[in-house]
Amino acid sequence: MSERVSALRNRETGGSVQVRDAGLRGMITLRGDLSNGKLASVVKSVTGLKLPACNGVVQDGDTGIAWMSPDELLVMVAYDDVPEALDKIAKALSGQHHLAVNVSDARSVMLLQGSFVREVVAKLAPVDLHPDVWQPGQIIRSRLGQVAAAFWLVDEATVQVICFRSVADYAFDLLAASAKAGPVGHFARGT
Amino acid sequence: MRLTNHGRLIAKNRPVHFTFNGKRMRGYRGDTLASALLANDQILLGRSFKYHRPRGLVASGAEEPNALVELGRGDRQEPNHRVTQVELIDGLVARSQNHWPSLEFDVGVINSKLSRFLPAGFYYKTFIQPRAFWKHVYEPIIRKSAGLGAAPETADDHSYEHFNITVDVLVIGGGISGLAATLAAARAGARVLLVEQTAAWGGRATVDQPRIDGQDAQDWIDDTLAALATMPNVTLRNRTQGAGVYDHGYALCNEQLTDHLTQSDGPRQRLWRVRAGQIITATGAIERPLSFAYNDVPGVLMASALRDYVVNYGVAVGERTVLVTNNDDAYRTAIALVDAGLSVPAVLDARAVAGGELVERARARGIRVETGKAIAAVQGGKRVTGVRVCDQVGDGTVTEEIACDCVAMSGGWSPVVHLWSHCGGKLIWDDTQAMFRPDPNRPPLGADGAGFVRAAGTANGHLYTAESVADGFAAGKQAARALGFDKKVGAVPQGDCAVEDPMEPVWLMPANASYDKRAKMWLDYQNDVKVTDVQLAAQEGFESVEHAKRYTTLGMATDQGKLSNINGLATLAASLDKAIPEVGTTTFRPPYTPLPLAAITGVARDHLFQPVRKTPIYDWHDDNGADFEPVGQWRRPYAYPRGSETVHDAVMREVTNTRENVGLLDASTLGKLIVKGPDAGKFLDMMYTNMMSNLAVGKCRYGLMCSENGFLIDDGVVARIDDDTWLCHTTTGGADRIHAHMEDWLQCEWWDWQVYVANVTEQYAQFAVVGPKARRLLQTIGGMTLTKDALPFMQWTEGRLGDFDARVFRISFSGELSYEVAVPASQGPAFWDALLAAGEPLGVMPYGTEALHIMRAEKGFIMIGDETDGTVIPQDLNLHWAISKKKTDFLGKRGQLRDHMQDPGRWKLVGLETLDGSVLADGAYAPEDGANANGQRRVQGRVTSTYHSPTLGRGIAMGLVRNGPNRMGEVITFTKEGGGTQDARIVDPVFYDKDGEKQNV
Amino acid sequence: MLILNCPYCGRDVDETDLHAGGEAHLKRFGPGSSDDEFEHYLFMRENPKGVHFERWRHVYGCGKWFLAARNTATLQVYGTYSAQTTEPPQHILDAIKEAQA
Repeated sequence: MSERVSALRNRETGGSVQVRDAGLRGMITLRGDLSNGKLASVVKSVTGLKLPACNGVVQDGDTGIAWMSPDELLVMVAYDDVPEALDKIAKALSGQHHLAVNVSDARSVMLLQGSFVREVVAKLAPVDLHPDVWQPGQIIRSRLGQVAAAFWLVDEATVQVICFRSVADYAFDLLAASAKAGPVGHFARGT
Repeated sequence: MRLTNHGRLIAKNRPVHFTFNGKRMRGYRGDTLASALLANDQILLGRSFKYHRPRGLVASGAEEPNALVELGRGDRQEPNHRVTQVELIDGLVARSQNHWPSLEFDVGVINSKLSRFLPAGFYYKTFIQPRAFWKHVYEPIIRKSAGLGAAPETADDHSYEHFNITVDVLVIGGGISGLAATLAAARAGARVLLVEQTAAWGGRATVDQPRIDGQDAQDWIDDTLAALATMPNVTLRNRTQGAGVYDHGYALCNEQLTDHLTQSDGPRQRLWRVRAGQIITATGAIERPLSFAYNDVPGVLMASALRDYVVNYGVAVGERTVLVTNNDDAYRTAIALVDAGLSVPAVLDARAVAGGELVERARARGIRVETGKAIAAVQGGKRVTGVRVCDQVGDGTVTEEIACDCVAMSGGWSPVVHLWSHCGGKLIWDDTQAMFRPDPNRPPLGADGAGFVRAAGTANGHLYTAESVADGFAAGKQAARALGFDKKVGAVPQGDCAVEDPMEPVWLMPANASYDKRAKMWLDYQNDVKVTDVQLAAQEGFESVEHAKRYTTLGMATDQGKLSNINGLATLAASLDKAIPEVGTTTFRPPYTPLPLAAITGVARDHLFQPVRKTPIYDWHDDNGADFEPVGQWRRPYAYPRGSETVHDAVMREVTNTRENVGLLDASTLGKLIVKGPDAGKFLDMMYTNMMSNLAVGKCRYGLMCSENGFLIDDGVVARIDDDTWLCHTTTGGADRIHAHMEDWLQCEWWDWQVYVANVTEQYAQFAVVGPKARRLLQTIGGMTLTKDALPFMQWTEGRLGDFDARVFRISFSGELSYEVAVPASQGPAFWDALLAAGEPLGVMPYGTEALHIMRAEKGFIMIGDETDGTVIPQDLNLHWAISKKKTDFLGKRGQLRDHMQDPGRWKLVGLETLDGSVLADGAYAPEDGANANGQRRVQGRVTSTYHSPTLGRGIAMGLVRNGPNRMGEVITFTKEGGGTQDARIVDPVFYDKDGEKQNV
Repeated sequence: MLILNCPYCGRDVDETDLHAGGEAHLKRFGPGSSDDEFEHYLFMRENPKGVHFERWRHVYGCGKWFLAARNTATLQVYGTYSAQTTEPPQHILDAIKEAQA
C-alpha cells in the first residue's frame, strides 16, 4: 500500500483551545430518497446508527451520519472501510435512483478542543451558536471565513469541522488564529 | 487646571505620564486624553482644515470636531483620534495635526486672512478652468491640502477579530434609559446585548445626578448593573460602540479591547456582527453650539462638556467662565463651576425670561443672570480673553465687555438619531424642543414588515430623567413582547429631576447680526463652514440640504456634523425662508464614528486575506521552485525554473522536453463532476452541445457547454463510467460554477428528472503524463496494461498502477501521447514521486501551465477564457463538429439561432503568424479604416492567445477575425504594445501535427 | 443584510450564505420559440418597486434553491417556498395580500 497523507498532515496547535487534524476519515456522499427504508437500513448496517433528522448528526467513534440536505447524507466510516460500504450500498439500493460516492479524500476533518470552542467558531461563521440553539447532535453548514464548512459539537468542549481538502490549511489557520486570540467571554455566561 | 476634591472618574493616587507634541505631561488613571490635556492647561490642540485657525476642545465625547491627534509612533501610529475618546495610559504619545511648521505658529493660517477669497464652493469655482490643469496642476495642490493626519507608513501589527452573535434584543447605549431597557427586556426573558461606547456606564446621569427610585442616579446605575450581571441572558459590553444598523436586524458594534491597557495580548478590536430581533437605540443626545461671532476661539466649549470635565475629571478650562444659553439645563454648568470654586461672572440667557428651578438655584448662589442677552463677539486669538455682550434682539450693539478665559455655550439638545436613521427610520420635528426626534410611526422595517428599531430615552426626545428612564424601560418591555417574551418585567423605574422652563430656539446670535459677524460664526469647526457660507450656498441655488452640504462641506468632516448639522439646517431654512422640517436632514450613514479598516477586515489579512486552494502536491511544487500563478483561488505552477534559468527559458525547456521525452502536469484542479441517474444521459444532452447519452461505457468525449444565450461557458472531457453514471471534467475555474449550473437546472427546471450530481474534484490527485515516452513511463510503474490496443485514444480504464488505485484517461490536450491518471488525493504525493522516479531515466520533467498553454495553442486547441470571453459561440471557434444537429434541444441551441449569431460577418477563430516570426501582443486589435457610430476606429479582429513556440521556433497566435476562415493567407495589421504595428498572416490555427498522429500512437 | 429562511433545511440564513438568482417563475423558451418569446425569456426581467418573486440558493448550507416573495422597497419578506413550483403558492399570495391590506 502506498503512503497516504491527509491534507493537514497531522497539523495541530497548542493553547486552551487546540486545533488538530483528525486524519483520514472515510466519507461517503449518499444522495437519494432519505425516506426510503432500504436506504435507512443499509446506512444503519454500514454505520450501526439510525438516520439523523433534518440538520442532525449522529456519531459513534469513527462512524457517523450527517444530514447534509433533504436528499443527501454524509456517511462516515473508517477510511479503509469505504469500498466495502460502497459495495453494500450499491447492492442494497440496486435499481433505486441514488448516488453514493467516496469523498474521503475530497475533505479535511479537524477537531477543536477546549474551553471556548463555540466562540472560536462564532468568530468565523455567520450563524447563531448560542447554547440554547446549537447543541451536540446538530450539524451546521455555513462558512468559516470565506470557505464552506460543516461543523458540529461532539460535546460541549469539542467541535468537529469538515471542509474541502484544498482549503484545509486556510481553514486550519483561521481556526488557529481565532483560538489564539482568546475567549470573548460571551457564551460562557449562557452555559 | 486640576481642581482639588473633584473628579469622580480619576484615581489621584495613580499618576500617568504622556507626551503631547514631545512635551511631557502628567495625568491620572481614569483621565481621557482630553481631560489630561486640559489639566495641563493645553487649550490649543489643533488647527482647522481650511483656514488653519487655532482649535481647542469643544465637547467631551464622540461629537468632538476639533481635538484630533495622531497617536503612537512607527508601526502603531494612527491619525485622527478624538482626544475625548482616548483613555489615558502611561507612555501615550500624542501629536497635533494639520499645521506647519508648528501648532503654535502655523503658516497655513494665512488662509484665514484670505477667507474672503475662499468662499463656499471655492474648489468648484477655482479648479474648473482650464481643464488641462486638472491632472498636473490642480490635483497636486488639492492633494497637498487634503486630509488631516498623516497615513501610517507601515502595516498595523495589531490583530483584529469579528464575533457573530444572534440576540433577541440589542440595546445601544448604556445610559439610564439603555440600562432600564435592558432590565425590562431581560426580565421578560429575552437574550439581550447591551453596548456602551465609553468605559463608564450611566451616561449623563452620572454627571447630573438626578434621582431614580428614590436613590442617587449612581446608586441606581450600580444596582442595575449588578442585577444585570447576574442574569445569564444578558451580555454587557462597555467600550463598544454601536456603529451601524442594517436591514433585517443586522448591526455592527465595535469593541475596543486593548487601547486603554499598557500591556496586552490578543486582538485590539472586536467587531460584533449582531443579528437582533429588535434593536433599541438609547444613544442619548448631543448639545448644540450657538452661532455667535468667534465662537471658534479655543476656550469656547459646550456647557455640558465643561460640566463633564469638572465633575468627572476635576479639570477646569478657565478661572472665569461666561455661560451663554437658550435653555435651563446649561445652568447646571454654572452651578457646578461655582460649586467647584470657580467664577461665573455672568450667565447670558437669550430668552427674555428665565425662571426655572435651575435658574433660581443659580441665582440663589449669587450668579448674575442676564436675560435677553447674547454674545456679540468673543475676544482673543488662541485663547478666550473676554466676551462682548449685546441684546439678543438687535444687530449686536455692544452693551458691555466681560473679561473671562472660558465661554460655555448651550443651544439646546439634539437626540442622537443616527442609528435609528441608518436603516430608514424617519424623523419628526418637535417644535417645542426645537429638535428632530424619531417618529415612532415610521421606524425601520424588518423582515416581517414591522418596525425593528425603537428609540429610547433622550435619543427619543425625552430630555428629562423621569421620562427618559421610563421610556427606556417601556422600549425594553415592548421589544421583548414583540418577540413573544412575556414574563413579568416589574415596576417602571421612577426618575426625578429639576423642572425646567422651555428652551427657545436661537439659530443666530444676535438675531439681526451683520454680515461681518455672520462671517465669523462657525457652524462646522473642523471644515471651517460659517453661517455666511451656508447663506451663500442658498443664494447660489443650492437649496436642497444635500446640495448645500456638499457645496459648503458642512458636516463632511470626520465628525460628520454631529455638532454642526442642526445649526446648518436652521441657517439654510432661514435663508430659504422655510421651516426647518421643510428643509429636512441629510442622510445618516453608518458608521457612527469612523471604524478602522482593520476592524472591518478582521482576521482576513496577510495569509488569511483570502483562501488559497492547494492541490495535493502543492508542497512539492513549492519545494521545487515552482513559479506559481493564481487560477481562481488555486495556485498552479506556471513553470519550474531551474538554477539561474529565467521563467521564459524554463517554459521553453518544459515544452521541448515534453514534446521530445515526457512531461508531468499537475491537473488536479480540473473539475470532476459525477452525474448519475436514469435521466443522466438526457440531462447531459441538454447541458452539452453534443451528444453524451450515446457515449459508450469506457469511452471519453470532448464536450462544450453553453449558456442559454448560446455562448460558450465551459468545456472538457466526459467519460462514461457505467450505464447510468458519467464523469464530467470541467475547466479549473469551472468546477464549482458548472456544478451550481447543473444543480440550478435540475432543481429549478427539470425537477422531475432523476439525476444526482456530486462534485468530486478534490477527491483525486490527477496528473497528466505527456510525451512520446509517456507509455514507457507508466509501464515502468507497472500494473494495468496501457498499450495502444488495451487503452486506445479517448478511452479510460481503472485498476492498479504500481501501488496505486488509479483511473487512467487516454486523452490529450497537447497533441502528444498522453495519459491523465487520477489517484485518491491522499496518495497524490506518493504517486507523483513514483512518476518522477520511474521517469528519471526517460528524462521526465514537470511542466507548468504556460507550457500547457503553448502546447495546446500549437495544436489549435481553444482555452475557455482566452478564446472565449462570454460573447463567443462554438461556431465562432469552428467547433461545428461538436454541436449536435440531431438533438432537438440543448442549452444554447435557440440562442445560437438568433440573427446576430448567424451573421456571416462574425469574428471567427484563425491562426496568426507574424511575417518576421516575432510574437504578437496579447489582446492586440487589428484596426481597419473608418470609424464606427461612436467615432471610434473600426476593428476587424483581435489576438486571443499568443506565444513563442519553441517547437516551431517562432511566434504563433490565435485570434478572432471577421470572416477569418475565408481569408486564409491574407496579411492584416495588429497594434503593438507601446505603439507601432505588426503584420500577421491569417493561417490554419493548427500549427503542429495537423493530422493528429502523435497523440494516437 | 437580508436574512431569509431556507425552506429546505429550515434555517434562517444570512445573505452572505446565499446566492441570489434573479427573478423567479420564468418560463423557458427553447428551439421553436419565436424571437419575441425567446427575447422575453432571456432578457426581459421585472424590476418592481414592491413585491417581487426571486430565486435564492442556500449555497453555503444545504445547497438547495428556493424562492422568496419579498418587497424590494421595504425588504419585507412574505415568505420563502419550494423552487419546484411554476407559480407562487396560495399561502404566499395570502401573506402578500394580508401585508398590503
